[in-house]
Amino acid sequence: MSRPDDSAERSAEAGNDFRSYYGQPIIKEPTWKVPDVPAYLYLGGLAGASSSMAVLAELTGRTHLNRTGRVAAAVGSTASVVALIHDLGRPARFLNMLRVFKPTSPLSVGSWIIAPFSSLTAAAAASEITGRLPLIGRLTSISASVLAPAMTTYTAVLLSDTAVPGWHEVYRELPFVFAGSAVSSAGAVGMLATPRGEAAPARRMALAGSALELAASHRMEQRAGVIGEVYREGRSGKVVRAAKVLTCVGAGAALLARRSRVAAIGAGLCLTAASAATRYGIFEAGRVSARDPKYTVVPQRERLANEGAASG
Amino acid sequence: MSADGDNRLSGPLADPAVEAGYPPEHPERVGFFTDTSVCIGCKACEVACKEWNLLPEDGLELSGMSYDNTQDLGATTWRHVAFVEQRIDTTTRETVDIGMPDMTRPGDSSTAAVDPTEDAATQIRWLMSSDVCKHCTHAACLDVCPTGALIRTEYGTVMVQDDVCNGCGYCVPACPYGVIDTRPDTGGASKCTMCQDRLGAGETPACAAACPTESIQYGPLDELRDRAAQRVDELHEQGVTEARLYGHEPTDGVGGDGAFFLLLDEPEVYGLPPDPVVTTRDLPSMWKHAAGAALTAAVTIAACFVGGKR
Ligand code: SF4
Ligand code: SF4
Ligand code: SF4
Repeated sequence: MSRPDDSAERSAEAGNDFRSYYGQPIIKEPTWKVPDVPAYLYLGGLAGASSSMAVLAELTGRTHLNRTGRVAAAVGSTASVVALIHDLGRPARFLNMLRVFKPTSPLSVGSWIIAPFSSLTAAAAASEITGRLPLIGRLTSISASVLAPAMTTYTAVLLSDTAVPGWHEVYRELPFVFAGSAVSSAGAVGMLATPRGEAAPARRMALAGSALELAASHRMEQRAGVIGEVYREGRSGKVVRAAKVLTCVGAGAALLARRSRVAAIGAGLCLTAASAATRYGIFEAGRVSARDPKYTVVPQRERLANEGAASG
Repeated sequence: MSADGDNRLSGPLADPAVEAGYPPEHPERVGFFTDTSVCIGCKACEVACKEWNLLPEDGLELSGMSYDNTQDLGATTWRHVAFVEQRIDTTTRETVDIGMPDMTRPGDSSTAAVDPTEDAATQIRWLMSSDVCKHCTHAACLDVCPTGALIRTEYGTVMVQDDVCNGCGYCVPACPYGVIDTRPDTGGASKCTMCQDRLGAGETPACAAACPTESIQYGPLDELRDRAAQRVDELHEQGVTEARLYGHEPTDGVGGDGAFFLLLDEPEVYGLPPDPVVTTRDLPSMWKHAAGAALTAAVTIAACFVGGKR
């Protein structure tokens, strides 16, 4: 049945008059759990950017930053896999993920990225910590870094490749938000765990990643049309805003972190929280957009109206 | 329609079973034509499906949504009858006397004839519709399934292999119709199988066999499409101008549904999306953007290592 009361209330905003079946959702809300899946997203991004950071640090002779990067990449990707397995309805069948390679499934592609990536980074970190087999350590670290950029963005495709309006409709911008967030989170960990003298690239990563994340988020919300509401309003909007505030504060502190250890720690913590909050906010926003039939019906109706206008 | 020459991800596709790798001599593609104009809301389909497929009940709460206490399709509800009560404007359409008993004494009825425009009860129309998995030509659930648990059958339908599914839940938000879900008791995803275990024996699916009004019509999809076109013309001739088909077009966003409908109002009134699109239509573009972003991340990180040691 249409919802005359709701529609009347909504038609006040931007002509969002729509009909539905007792206000029931049209698509199913993702069954993915919190904190498993937001953690999976955050940790995967952190691991990817940390792996690149480690290789470049090694090349430029920054041994501490190399160690931080290798460890963060290994811990991040392993924990990411654990979070993913924990989220499965049948965790014992996790290996079925590698049963086939399906280019049409971002989760299949992602599994084939994260499985070798986490093994390679684990080997690189083990060698770094134990000091054994340095050549193998270096080789595995470099091999992992080939997969690293993909680690920072494949999860964006994973979310976008659904019928969830809050994720699908922003598929162009979402990977850039994730990329920025990943770079800044690795920078944050670099600042936290590396002596200031070696942490200059980490500080720059924190700043550049934050800038990319903020710019891409802004563009994403602008281009999302009516769906942008889920990134501005309600609980999901609050989380997204909190992430932005934390990003700004963290980036500000990163500017001072060259001179002050306290500022470096503050920046590292703020940006870590910011990156996690960004993923959680986006996850939550998608769930809201799935739950409310408005975000399915209104954009589809607009599309039909535009097509009708174009052809007629 | 699609940037893809052979329409593997979206657009019209003549034979999804062949595209999935079956030899051309596979059985004909089958489906459902659900003609909601004759549905009486008896829910025999819901019950038959539960019985045949041994699905547990979903709880017995009252939803307040007319006679629909089933509420939606789900992991253990593969048929769902929607009930819509609508107030209609009797000045624009004929009302039908269905011979309901009234409060007058027998014999006095001539004086008590009710003016239909004044009686609120006669100004309601019922829309009932038995919803089911659409067995999409381009099924998003199948595309995104990482384990290969979801498959295209030789009949062109879409089915979960329960012994392969690891319960990742990706198919759930991928379906543009909100059909498939995971079962809390087993952890795996499940949905309508088109009664695969009956098709092999030449039987009609349980829901269609149980339908007393032939609202659910089962058969080869091409035949059903012809029959549906005839039925819609017939209804239009009878003045039911609001009759329309939904999901029958091979050119739509999912390449046409294997289970399509004749509706008497907009799809969203029945809880169906007005213009569903298979999400993987945009997958090539998604990967391009993700590759661009990944490159941006790599270049950004590299740039951070250039320059002084400040
Ligand atoms: S309706 Fe949904 S569950 Fe059914 S085949 Fe299409 S995408 Fe899959
Ligand atoms: S829940 Fe099962 S059927 Fe659904 S996508 Fe995952 S493995 Fe495939
Ligand atoms: S075809 Fe079989 S499984 Fe599908 S809804 Fe009908 S009875 Fe249930």
